[in-house]
Amino acid sequence: MRLTCPHCGERDRREFYYAGSAEQLQRPARDAGEGAWNDYLHNRDNPAGDTRDLWYHESGCGAWLVVSRNTVTHAIASIELAAEVKR
Amino acid sequence: MGYSGLRVFAEGLTGNKGWRPVWRDPTPKAEYDVIIIGGGGHGLSTAYYLAKNHGITNVAVLEKGYIGGGNVGRNTTIVRANYFLPGNSEFYSHSLKLWEKLETDLNYNVMHSQRGLINLFHSDGQRDAFARRGNAMINQGDDAVLLDREGVRQYLPYLDFDNIRFPVYGGLLHPRGGTARHDAVAWGYARGADRRGVDLIQNCEVTGIDIENGKVRGVQTTRGPIRAKKVAMVAAGRSGQVAAMAGMRIPVESHILQAFVTEGLKPVIDHVVSFGMGHFYISQSDKGGLVFGGDLDFYSSYAARGNLPMAEHVMEAAMTLMPMIGKARVLRSWGGIMDMSPDGSPIIDKTDIEGLLLNCGWNYGGFKAVPGSGFSFAHLIATGNHHEPAARFRLDRFRTGRGIMDEEGTGSQHNLH
Repeated sequence: MRLTCPHCGERDRREFYYAGSAEQLQRPARDAGEGAWNDYLHNRDNPAGDTRDLWYHESGCGAWLVVSRNTVTHAIASIELAAEVKR
Repeated sequence: MGYSGLRVFAEGLTGNKGWRPVWRDPTPKAEYDVIIIGGGGHGLSTAYYLAKNHGITNVAVLEKGYIGGGNVGRNTTIVRANYFLPGNSEFYSHSLKLWEKLETDLNYNVMHSQRGLINLFHSDGQRDAFARRGNAMINQGDDAVLLDREGVRQYLPYLDFDNIRFPVYGGLLHPRGGTARHDAVAWGYARGADRRGVDLIQNCEVTGIDIENGKVRGVQTTRGPIRAKKVAMVAAGRSGQVAAMAGMRIPVESHILQAFVTEGLKPVIDHVVSFGMGHFYISQSDKGGLVFGGDLDFYSSYAARGNLPMAEHVMEAAMTLMPMIGKARVLRSWGGIMDMSPDGSPIIDKTDIEGLLLNCGWNYGGFKAVPGSGFSFAHLIATGNHHEPAARFRLDRFRTGRGIMDEEGTGSQHNLH
């Protein structure tokens, strides 16, 4: 698998660190309660199909990326900078 | 139809015409006492022990594919009880004891071979850690022997002992560890469950779980609706999708784990050997193929195939540890879908929905747990109480932070196991 970093272009998968589901960008409010925090930290949709997850371009520019891809085919639909998704 | 040496001999003389299919192909009934979603190793053993230990035989196992077609028929077949933490330690100890009586219990040859498992270490610090683990195993009542370098050489003379990066300092030997024939485990449990009246329903995918007023009523399937008093979800890598049908989000992320098999060779590797520094482990099947694997590909996937970087990494680890296998030719590889939990330990628990139970989170270690998992899950389904050896596999441990079982000590977080 190769990922196209918006800064660096297409790179080998080994340059990237996988941090898990992009659900992690939706951080609950500090006082959202135990249930919301448990759900955020531990529970996952874990879809078989289209998903969005966070990757870190560890051996490249150091950017955090939101990768939209398919967990069944490994096809990659789009890659955006997490900083822009989050804005 | 029992199996025996005499029977094999008699069949051999009469052209093997007397063998019959060992389980039925029943049509689903309208209602069962218990429905088990998932006809893998854990689902089958759960059905078997429900019938055998608790007399509950009005049970259906719903399998969307065929029996033995999932991870139970595609794994590296290692059976061991060398866990460290309370919770895991007593569970795997119990499971290994069930393994040791499994063949007589099932009247089925699962080729359980306690050939010994050796975990290698490569530094003084690692030796201390392994000595501590060995003591924990002995405290649990299992067996462990700390081998020094020369001790390892007696067993594994073919290792590269003087490797420049990872010289072999010694190993922790678990003599009761070993392997088993994975398909036979599925078939043995399937036959045992079927004989006690359990309906094994293949090509039957669950498409919905019926819940009324917080209580489970049954399931919708590709072969029609089926009512049930209790529904047990045992879907391994697909647990997330099954739980979603009940409106649940669970602490599981599905990842790919690759494994590899070489062409058949004469006996060369007599034990199960693990090389933690390269995250590599190997054994030789009775057919002669070297069976080995490594770590996860480390991104969520249902593709059932891996990527080349991990394949390359595993081959490099193999060559680092035992250069003699360099000329063995790899015949095939596969990628299994692993249900990874945040702390790397499993879940056997009730859910907030009455009558709906969950068994998942076996990570990359589900095979050796097949007997223990089924035994304990059947106990929970039948009695409503947690079975002592599996009592710590609670779903709410992530919410409360109490009883986290992070065997690797890396943290209770999804991308770390």
